[in-house]
Amino acid sequence: MSKRVAVFRREHFNAAHRLFQKTWSEEENKNTFGKCSLPNYHGHNYELEIKVIGEVDINTGFVMDMKKLSDIVKENVLEKFDHKNLNLDTDEFKNLNPTAENIAIVIYNLLRPGIREDLELFIRLYETPRNYVEYPVQ
Amino acid sequence: MHHYLCQNHGEKMVYLTRVEHFNAAHKLYNPEWTTEKNDEVFGKCANENWHGHNYELYVTVKGTPSAETGFVFDAKRLSILIKENVLEKIDHKNLNVDVDFMEGKFCSTENLAIGIWNQLQPLLPDYISLHCIKLYETPRIYVEYFGDNL
Repeated sequence: MSKRVAVFRREHFNAAHRLFQKTWSEEENKNTFGKCSLPNYHGHNYELEIKVIGEVDINTGFVMDMKKLSDIVKENVLEKFDHKNLNLDTDEFKNLNPTAENIAIVIYNLLRPGIREDLELFIRLYETPRNYVEYPVQ
Repeated sequence: MHHYLCQNHGEKMVYLTRVEHFNAAHKLYNPEWTTEKNDEVFGKCANENWHGHNYELYVTVKGTPSAETGFVFDAKRLSILIKENVLEKIDHKNLNVDVDFMEGKFCSTENLAIGIWNQLQPLLPDYISLHCIKLYETPRIYVEYFGDNL
């Protein structure tokens, strides 16, 4: 019987954003999001960790071909978000606040269709070296 | 008085570094060039709607430990100087739009390091000198500026 193993791929991108709830006043935004809601945007170096769990294939010795995983991430995530303004340049965050939480959920949904159904997928996203989020939660 | 004490112990020069961090949006763009020329030279960094980074800032001063305190300079005071004169102006800001000391300059990491040096250098007491501004734009790209020391 094959053994289950977790494999990881790390990628990074940088982007500008601001946290802002359109339906709230400037005052409410400032009280909730502080400096993160300043109007001219700020930015981060995002570090993305993708974890895939599954059985080791008898023929290849792989859970998943990491080159293929890297290509899927580049095509579906990095090309959309790297060196972009998340609020202005992406369809995903036109009506969704680009918090680290929401970015992680969006990335999961962008990657899931490209990864075999029997493999589990988990996203960890660092917004700064000291702030990170994980999705989904087990 | 501090100066006098330092001179008595002048033979032991020490570098003291304070590490701070901030994040900001910017773009690399020469307004006198066409969009094509900017794209050619600056690539993705010229994206008109900005992008951003987590910057790590290393401020290094040079001096001799005081005979009274053992300090080259009070690291807490150095931190406050950096916070009040640099971080409050640039943290969570747009470097091209919001920052007075970068007005009219290209917001490269090189120029930002020089700008930060010029903010801090006049504020330091005469018994220490500013040695280096080291600025990381990403974990793999950084610049160092030594003023006239190099």
